[in-house]
Amino acid sequence: MADTTVKTSEKSVLWDWLTTVDHKKLAVLYLLAGALFFVKAGIMALFMRIQLMFPENTFVTGQTFNELITMHGTIMLFLAATPLIFAFMNFVVPLQIGARDVAFPFVNALGFWIFFFGGLLLSLSWFFGGGPDAGWTNYVPLSSREYGHLGIDFYVLGLQVSGIGTLVSGINFIVTIVNMRAPGMTMMRLPLFCWTTLVTSILIVFAFTPLAAGLALIMLDRVFGGQFFITELGGNVVLWQHIFWIFGHPEVYILVLPAFGIISEVIPAFSRKRLFGYTAMVFATLVIAFLGFMVWVHHMFTVGVGPIANSVFAIATMAIAVPTGIKIFNWLFTMWGGKITFNTAMLCASSFVPTFVLGGVTGVMLAMAPVDHLYHDTYFVVAHFHYIIIGGIILGLFAGLFYWYPKMFGHHLNEKLGMLTFWLMYIGFHMTFFIQHILGLIGMPRRVYTYLEGQGMATMNMVSTIGTFIMGAAVIVLVINHVYSAYKSEKVTVRNPWGARTLEWSTQTPVPEYNFAQTPQVRSLDPVFYEKVHGDGNMKPAEPLDDIHMPNGSIYPFTIALGLFIMGFGIIMFNMDNPIIPPLAVTIIGGVVVFGSMFLHSIKEDHGYNIPVERVKEELDKEVG
Amino acid sequence: MSTRKGIMRFFPFALLTLLLAGCGEEGLTALDPMGPQAQWLFDNMMLSLYVMALVIIVVFTLFFIAVIKFRKKPGDEEIPEQVEGSKTLELTWTVIPILLLVILAVPTVTGTFMLADTTPSGPEGSGDSGEEELDEDEIEEDGVTIEVTGHQYWWQFDYEEGFTAGQEVYIPAEEKVEFELHAEDVIHSFWVPALGGKVDNVPGITNNLWLEADEPGVYQGKCAELCGPSHALMDFKLIALDRDDYDAWVEEMSQDPEEFEPAEDDETMANQGREVFEQEGCIGCHAIGGQGSEQGPTLTNFGDRETLAGYLDPTDENLDEWIRYPQEVKQDNNMPGFPDMEDEDMEALIEYLQGLSVQD
Repeated sequence: MADTTVKTSEKSVLWDWLTTVDHKKLAVLYLLAGALFFVKAGIMALFMRIQLMFPENTFVTGQTFNELITMHGTIMLFLAATPLIFAFMNFVVPLQIGARDVAFPFVNALGFWIFFFGGLLLSLSWFFGGGPDAGWTNYVPLSSREYGHLGIDFYVLGLQVSGIGTLVSGINFIVTIVNMRAPGMTMMRLPLFCWTTLVTSILIVFAFTPLAAGLALIMLDRVFGGQFFITELGGNVVLWQHIFWIFGHPEVYILVLPAFGIISEVIPAFSRKRLFGYTAMVFATLVIAFLGFMVWVHHMFTVGVGPIANSVFAIATMAIAVPTGIKIFNWLFTMWGGKITFNTAMLCASSFVPTFVLGGVTGVMLAMAPVDHLYHDTYFVVAHFHYIIIGGIILGLFAGLFYWYPKMFGHHLNEKLGMLTFWLMYIGFHMTFFIQHILGLIGMPRRVYTYLEGQGMATMNMVSTIGTFIMGAAVIVLVINHVYSAYKSEKVTVRNPWGARTLEWSTQTPVPEYNFAQTPQVRSLDPVFYEKVHGDGNMKPAEPLDDIHMPNGSIYPFTIALGLFIMGFGIIMFNMDNPIIPPLAVTIIGGVVVFGSMFLHSIKEDHGYNIPVERVKEELDKEVG
Repeated sequence: MSTRKGIMRFFPFALLTLLLAGCGEEGLTALDPMGPQAQWLFDNMMLSLYVMALVIIVVFTLFFIAVIKFRKKPGDEEIPEQVEGSKTLELTWTVIPILLLVILAVPTVTGTFMLADTTPSGPEGSGDSGEEELDEDEIEEDGVTIEVTGHQYWWQFDYEEGFTAGQEVYIPAEEKVEFELHAEDVIHSFWVPALGGKVDNVPGITNNLWLEADEPGVYQGKCAELCGPSHALMDFKLIALDRDDYDAWVEEMSQDPEEFEPAEDDETMANQGREVFEQEGCIGCHAIGGQGSEQGPTLTNFGDRETLAGYLDPTDENLDEWIRYPQEVKQDNNMPGFPDMEDEDMEALIEYLQGLSVQD
C-alpha cells in the first residue's frame, strides 16, 4: 500500500535535484546541461573562426583545430541539441497529453543522468592528452588505434554511455505517448509537438542502436585488438561509414522533427489559427521519418559505392523534399488569414520558415549525386547543415524557450532583450554561413585548419568570422536575459498567458508536481481553445478530485550513471600509458556500482506516496485567491 | 558556347553567374570550370539553382505577404476563421515539387553514370567521347591511366610507363584521363576543383575518376577528406601539357636511373649534394629516377615543382627550413628533421635537389 506521508522539503535542495524523477525538474536539468554544453561548443566554434580569420593564421595548430572541430560537432549534436530538445519533450509532452508524468519516471531520471555522465566522460578527454580529432564522424582508419590517439577512446566510450541515456529516454517517450494520454486525447488530436516527439523517439530507438553497435566495434578494435575496420587484417573501413550514417542521417531528423513540432505549436498560438492541414502535417512527419532511414548513402557519394547505389539514394533523398515542402506550405497557410502577434517566440518561429527553406534547397542540390562530387566535404556542405541546424533546430529551440518559459519558470523572458537576441542571431547567422556556400564552391574543403594566401578566400572568411562574433553576442544577451528576467520580470500567475491552444496551458502556473488536479477530458484538437469557444473556458475533468499518487525520488539513477561513467573510464584506461590503478579493477568497480544499484533498486519496495486531496484543493484555492 | 547562350536566356541569373565566376582563384575555383566534367557539374548546379530559385521566390513571397498582411491590429480581439486545411492546396504543393524534382532527377541519374565511365579517351577522343568512333585497341594503347596514392600528407602518382612522380601530376590536355585512386594509410580525397568532382582514396579499395583539362595549364588540387593535422596542407598540382610535351615529359621521366645522377667526374656542388643525399639517408625514403625507396615522395623532377611540401614557395630558404624542421612546416608528417646538418652540406644538398629537372 502506498506510503501516505507527504514528503516536502525535508531533504536538502541538492539532494532533491539529484534524486528527482519529476519530468518538469528533469526538463530543467536537461535545459541547464544542454545550455552548458551549448556554450562550451559555441566557444570552440569561436576559436575555429578566429583561426580561419586570416590566411595561414597560427592561432591554433592543425592538431588542436581537428580536436576543436570534432568536439564542436560531437557536443553540439549529442550534448547540446539533443538535451535541449529533451528538455522541452520532458516538460511539455506529459502536460500536452494530460498526464501526471511520463510512463517511467525512474527511467526518465536514469536517461538524464546517463546522458550527463556520458557527456562528462567525453569532456574529460581534454585532461588526458587532448580531445578526439577524427571529426564527429570518427572515420576509420584515422580513428583506428594505429592513427588515432587516446582522445578517440573518450569519444567512443563517452558517446556509448550518453547514447544509452538517449535510448532509454526515447523508449520512455514512446510508451508515454502511446499509453498515458488523457481520456479523449486520440492520436489524431495529439498536438504536433507530441507527434514529432513520438516519431523522433521511434527514430532514436532505430538509429541509436546501430550507433551503439558501431561504437562497440570500434571499441573492440581500439582497446581489445579487434579487426573489424583494419584493412590489413581483412576489415573494411567503409563499413564504419555505413554504420555511422545509418545512425547519422536519422539523427538529423531526430533533432529537426521536434523543432518542426515546436514551430507547429508556436505559429498557431500566435497566429490565433489552428494548424493548417493537421493531418497532412502528421503524415508528412511520418514520411520524413520513414525516408530518413533510406538515404544514408548520400553522405557517401564520393566513397565509391557505384553509380546504381548513388542514383537510388539520390532519388530517395530528393523525395524527402516533398513532405518537407508540405510542412513549409502548411506553416505559411497557418499564418495566412491569421492575426499574428510578433513577439520573440513568433519571430523565431516564423523566420524559421524561410531560413529552413534555404537549408532545404541546398539539400536538394546536394542530393544530385554527380554534382555532389563538387560539393562534398567542402564549405558548401558546412553552410548547408548549419542552415538546417541553426536556421532550423536552434531557431526552433529559441522559439520554444520563449514560448514555454513562463510555464516552466513562472515568469516571462524580457521581450526587448529577446528581440535583440533574435536579430543579432539572425544577422550573425546569415553573415557567417551564407558566404560559406561560395567558399565551398571556390575550392575550400571543410575541416581545414588554414587556407593559403592568394586563393581568394581571405575576405569571405573574415566576413564569416565577424558573423560568428555577432552570434556570440546574441548568446551573451540571451544569458543576460535569463538573469535579468529572474530578478525583474513579473510573476506569471494566469494559466494561459499567451492565449494558446493546447493542454499544457490549462494547468496552474507554476505547474504543481502532479500537473493536473484532475485529469482533463479532451473533446477536440487544441482542447483549450475548443473549451474557450464551445465550453465555459475550463477543461472538463475526467475524474473526481481525489488523492494523487506520485512516485518517490531515487538516487539510483544517479549512481547507475556514475557506475557506467566509471566503467567507461576503466575501459579507456586500457589504452593509457602506465595507469596508476589497473584498468580492469576500475572497470569492475564501475560494474559493481551499476549492477549493485540496479539490484538495490529492484529489491527495495517503493510504492510512492499520496498527495492528499486537501492539499490539492488548497493549492487550487490559492490560485483563485 | 552553347552553354553561354543557355545561360543568357535566364538573364537575371546571368548576372549571378558572372558574380559567382568573379569569386575565387582561376585554376582553383569550381565556378570557373576548365574542363568538360567541371563544366557539366557547373551547368547542372546552375540548373538546380534556377529550379530552387523558383521555390525560394514562391515561399518568400507567400511568407512576406503573410507576415505583413496578417498582423494583428491593436485592439482587434476577434478570433480569425479557423481553417482546417485544403485538399486542393495540399495536392498542389505535393505534385508541383514532385515535377520539379523529376527535372533534377534526370540529369542526376545520367550524370552519375557519366561520371562512372572512366575509360580514358586517348589523344583522338577528346571532348564528346562516344560521338567519334574509336578503335577499342587504340584506346587501350593511348589512353592515359594514372595511379594515385594518398599518403599523410602527400600524393604519389604512378604512371603506366613504370615511373613515379610525387606531388605534381602531369596529364595530356584535351584528353579524358583516368585516375585509379588508392590510399596508403588513412582516407584521402582527390580533388581538382577547376576540372571536376572529387573521389575518395580509401585504403583497401580502388576507386576510379576521370578528368579532362580543356587547355594546358596548372590546376590546383586538394585533399578533401580529413586525414590528420596537416590535412589543410595536402595540396597538389595537376599540370596539363600538350600531347607532344606530355610525351616528351614521359620520356624524360622514364629514363634509366643513371641519367639523373650528376656527372661523376667533376667536383660540382650538385655532386656533393648527391653524396649528402645518400649519406644522410634521404635516399632511404626518396627515390630519384626510380633509384631508392619510395616511402616518401619521389624527387625525380623536384626542381620543376611549383611548390615545396605541397604549399610553400620552392625557395632555397624554405627548403632549408623544411629539411631541418619538417614538423614545424607540416605538423605530423613522416619526414625526420635534420636540424644539425652542416651549412655546407645543406647548401650542396639544396643545390642538388633544385637542379633535379626533366624540363628544359
